[in-house]
Amino acid sequence: MITEFTPIASLMGGLLIGLAAVLLMLLLGRILGATGILSGALMPEKLDDWAWRVAMLLGMFSGPWLYRLFAGELPEISVPSSPMMLLVGGLLVGVGVTLGSGCTSGHGVCGLARGSFRSFAAVALFMTSTVVTVFVTRHLLGV
Amino acid sequence: MKLLVSYLVGLIFGLGISLSGMANPAKVINFFDIAGAWDPSLAFVMGGAVLVTFIGYRWAFKRARPIMGETFQLPGKTRVDRQLASGAIIFGIGWGLAGFCPGGALPVLGTGLSEVWLFSAALIGGIVLTRLVLSAINGATRSGKVSNINEVINGSNS
Repeated sequence: MITEFTPIASLMGGLLIGLAAVLLMLLLGRILGATGILSGALMPEKLDDWAWRVAMLLGMFSGPWLYRLFAGELPEISVPSSPMMLLVGGLLVGVGVTLGSGCTSGHGVCGLARGSFRSFAAVALFMTSTVVTVFVTRHLLGV
Repeated sequence: MKLLVSYLVGLIFGLGISLSGMANPAKVINFFDIAGAWDPSLAFVMGGAVLVTFIGYRWAFKRARPIMGETFQLPGKTRVDRQLASGAIIFGIGWGLAGFCPGGALPVLGTGLSEVWLFSAALIGGIVLTRLVLSAINGATRSGKVSNINEVINGSNS
């Protein structure tokens, strides 16, 4: 399935993601990682460390609706993966980001931007692993 | 005030994700499908986000402390260990199978799409399960020092 190349929209989206990461550090002194925010909202350590995460998740949920105000429609979501791949994939993502202390936003944006060696290693490993997985499922198994 | 700020940061992030295409698994998988229908769009997402964050962090870190907090809470770990490496590899396999990463899927939960909910439920299951197992292992090996896992999870780059 071919998808349209969208350099401008993707760059603008990236700039906004970066802006959010900078604001969170500047204002609250926290790394913006989707995994960490979610994980801490689900299983908080301290009660006063819980509410800001939930508020941020609510903000995230509102994002697509704000997008709709400008674009006239919700963002396009087309899912080539089967329900089984979503289930197994979701489980593996959950295990992996917890063991690996971060995902695309935590390591891939914030970690790289602050020159963390652990994040460079994590990004190199997960990018390679994703390329190999897509190659195997698409081209060897034909899913 | 802190909650309003958090909400607005989440809103900007969610808008950015919506605009970027990160919430669209077809696009994400095509980015990684170098041998097939390659769509390089997501390189622009990463490039733009890292550029802004790189510049913005340098500016933010000139301050002694965040505007509304005591300290900048940065991960203290520097060593690449087996746990980080295996976690990153497992994450990549899951990302390649599903096409969603946490930051891509969470903002679009409100669209009510069943695929997003299925992925997110499995994601939450994986996170909770792993944290319970890690915390049990830590509790067993270092009784009385269970707080270690909390540093691993919340003091990290997640």
